[in-house]
Amino acid sequence: MSQLVFDPAKVMNIDYTQRTEYLEGLEAIQAAHKVLKEITYTPSLPDKGYTNRTLYVNVDTLEITEKPVTQQMKDVFIGGRGFGLYHLWNAVKPTTRWNDPENEIIISPGPVAGMTQYAGTGKSLVVSLSPQTDIPIDSNVGGFFGPLLKFSGFDALELQGKSDKDIILFIDGVKGIIRIEEAPTDPVDSHVLAEVLTHMYAENEADLPNISVVSTGAAAEHSLIGMLNFSFYDRRRGCVRFKQAGRGGIGTVFRNKRIRALVCRGPVVKGNLNHPADPETIARTGIKYHKEIRENDGTQCMMRRNGTAHIVEIMDAYDLLPVHNFQFGSHPDVHRIDSAYWQQRCTQATVDGCWYGCSMACAKGADGLVLKTGPYQGHMVTVDGPEYENAAGLGSNCGVFDPDALLELNFYCDTYGICTITYGTLTAFIMECYQRGILNKERTGGLEMTWGNFEADLEMMHQMARGEGFGKIAGLGVKKMKEHFIQQGWGDPQLINDIGMENKGLEYSQYMSKESLAQQGGYALTNKGPQHDEAWLIFMDMVNKQLPTFEDKAEALYYFPLFRTWFGLNGFCKLPWNDVVPADNASQPEPQKVPEHVQNYVDLFTATTGIRITKEDLIMQSARVYNFQRVFNIRMGKGLRLHDAAPYRSLGPVTREEYESRAERYDKQIVDEMGLDPVGKTTEEKMALHREWRTGRFSKLMDAVYTRRGWTLDGVPTLDRLKELGLDAFPGVVEVVKQHLS
Amino acid sequence: MRQLVIDFKKCDAGRNCDHECEMECAIKVFKVDDPAQAALQIRAYEDGGGHAVLCDQCGDCVVVCPSEALKRNKLGVVMIDKQLCVGCYMCIGFCEKDAFMRNPDWIVPHKCTSCGICVKVCPHGALSIVDVPEPAVRII
Repeated sequence: MSQLVFDPAKVMNIDYTQRTEYLEGLEAIQAAHKVLKEITYTPSLPDKGYTNRTLYVNVDTLEITEKPVTQQMKDVFIGGRGFGLYHLWNAVKPTTRWNDPENEIIISPGPVAGMTQYAGTGKSLVVSLSPQTDIPIDSNVGGFFGPLLKFSGFDALELQGKSDKDIILFIDGVKGIIRIEEAPTDPVDSHVLAEVLTHMYAENEADLPNISVVSTGAAAEHSLIGMLNFSFYDRRRGCVRFKQAGRGGIGTVFRNKRIRALVCRGPVVKGNLNHPADPETIARTGIKYHKEIRENDGTQCMMRRNGTAHIVEIMDAYDLLPVHNFQFGSHPDVHRIDSAYWQQRCTQATVDGCWYGCSMACAKGADGLVLKTGPYQGHMVTVDGPEYENAAGLGSNCGVFDPDALLELNFYCDTYGICTITYGTLTAFIMECYQRGILNKERTGGLEMTWGNFEADLEMMHQMARGEGFGKIAGLGVKKMKEHFIQQGWGDPQLINDIGMENKGLEYSQYMSKESLAQQGGYALTNKGPQHDEAWLIFMDMVNKQLPTFEDKAEALYYFPLFRTWFGLNGFCKLPWNDVVPADNASQPEPQKVPEHVQNYVDLFTATTGIRITKEDLIMQSARVYNFQRVFNIRMGKGLRLHDAAPYRSLGPVTREEYESRAERYDKQIVDEMGLDPVGKTTEEKMALHREWRTGRFSKLMDAVYTRRGWTLDGVPTLDRLKELGLDAFPGVVEVVKQHLS
Repeated sequence: MRQLVIDFKKCDAGRNCDHECEMECAIKVFKVDDPAQAALQIRAYEDGGGHAVLCDQCGDCVVVCPSEALKRNKLGVVMIDKQLCVGCYMCIGFCEKDAFMRNPDWIVPHKCTSCGICVKVCPHGALSIVDVPEPAVRII
């Protein structure tokens, strides 16, 4: 079988090398920089995936020091998200909140990150105390920063303190210089700032790909939902592009510390900089995978052509696409934003990986967009993606089906430094509040937040960036908006709580979980909040009916969150695991786990670190960090059963319209599942029956999942479980748990 | 573009020669005394005839290379820039002809560059360098 050859005539005629440039003021911006602190150090390359060094920077005291990476850190926490959680635990107290100086932002790429031979191996994991949830948030992000940081000598970067002026941290991993610079006149928004800084710190044209910038934008300063853009230089487009550490407001913490940007200049990347123990196994595994992509992607997900947006129409077809704040699962206008459209609109003649060697290449880009609103009106820009989450969140969930409007929303979210998933879900909530009279034009300061009104939507986003008007309220996120609306007496508190799609303070990502009990758990029974990167079980549960019992669902909610956690410990991307599968996967035992790929990961870890593991060890590695994070949540005042509660919109139909849109299904469930007769009952009566049944079974699911995870029914890891995982070696962990076990 | 072609009416797939083409390529081009490292590999079919694994300069690898290490030179031959290559092996995985070779001791893969060294040593005169039009770029 050979690869699919794409017909170039299918793509819109857009010159992907053309866009507005922002380099004119570079010299003046650079001249305004003032060196606050500079140290020299000896750069080093990793040995078997680890450099064994952590870089600690306090942006208040300007302390720049190194800490060793201990054997215990590697044994228990592995790297990436594990290192982030370990450092954060040591940095904060139970009373610490996101804007306290002791809160940290930790960036760690993981031991495998920086490998160039396998797809999805350039990830950085970012950890901080979230302004939205007050517990640790972790975000898995592409771009070049993590690998270049490691090739400059560091397995992790710890940022602590709060500066009183805007600063840039520059790490030159070639010359061995670390510098904190005051940056008083730098641009604020990412697409301008990262372009300027990439050119400022590159020594010449050929050096541009060796620079990566971490930045955010104007809205991160005025909201709690700020994200971080991690840059990479796109050689063919000749521009700086981004991947986003989106969830939980880490960009807000970044700006609260007055960090304008982090810049890393690494050495020229080669295939052996990670110095793995067994390069031959890595080469063979990588080539095997590249061939699999070549042969199968064209008939499976078409990630190389469509990116993750390939599932827009699939979700719609299965009634799972969030429409109008997760009320409905499909919409007749979805064809305007489906993958067939994005395939034409995205540039196809380029190489769209966010790190070298990613043959999945899903980081698509839509070039040549001329902005119609905001401070960059009239500028021609390249928009990353749109990814599925953005098409669904900014699009269908808000009733926006105009693709150019969706791209503009996506662009401004990115450059303003706000999470597209969060922004999509909170805007959908606002629009439903507007629909139901909880909000009106007066309460929004004139914004007509009707479904699909992208002009008002964009204006709200610009307000958020300016820190003005209703946009500032929106930037608090759904949880705080709910509290605000209830406090103002603007609507029925139960309705507001039911339709506000957040758990633990984090907004839901863009899948409808109403008809999949396993996915309800996959969202609510998470460590950081409802993000599908822990468990995406909708198809397995609802469509393929592979999880019929509570125990089956509990097993899936034990295994998959742990398996997926492992990507974040090592610097892997999740997508190459199951967005293409071997041709014979369906005939393998437990095909949903993609066993051949699991073996690839076991082999890649072993070949990188020289530590021989099995697939069972892989789960144990994750279980240590996952349970540590659960205990961390408890330490910070969350992490118990009550914090895993789900908004009813995620469990079942809140409103009459929702019920009636699926009346046949819901009536049948009254017969089949509850043993009752719906005939003669009003919709309200039937909704009440559903609420009782659905909340009851969710509670039962919690019992089953907690038991399988080795937790009490209050969601606390037991001492036996901690011992089994070796976490009893950390007295602080045991102490937190003991307080909740009496 | 310059392309190495092999005429299997003349080549007997090593039945009556010492694979001089492979040996010459390995020694003169890649400085290794191992024909398995040659950029062309002649394989004999059991029932007669044979085929060659070699690069026809189709250019698919140029499209997939993330570091722009693969480019056509002025003769149309696809060349690898060792300074730019990041050793990702996407070129190997995406080559339908399996024309890329990989020496475990080197990070950078290698392939035929239509240099013609092998042409001179073939005892049967089966190899030649031809000039053919460049194929259209394929988006793969």
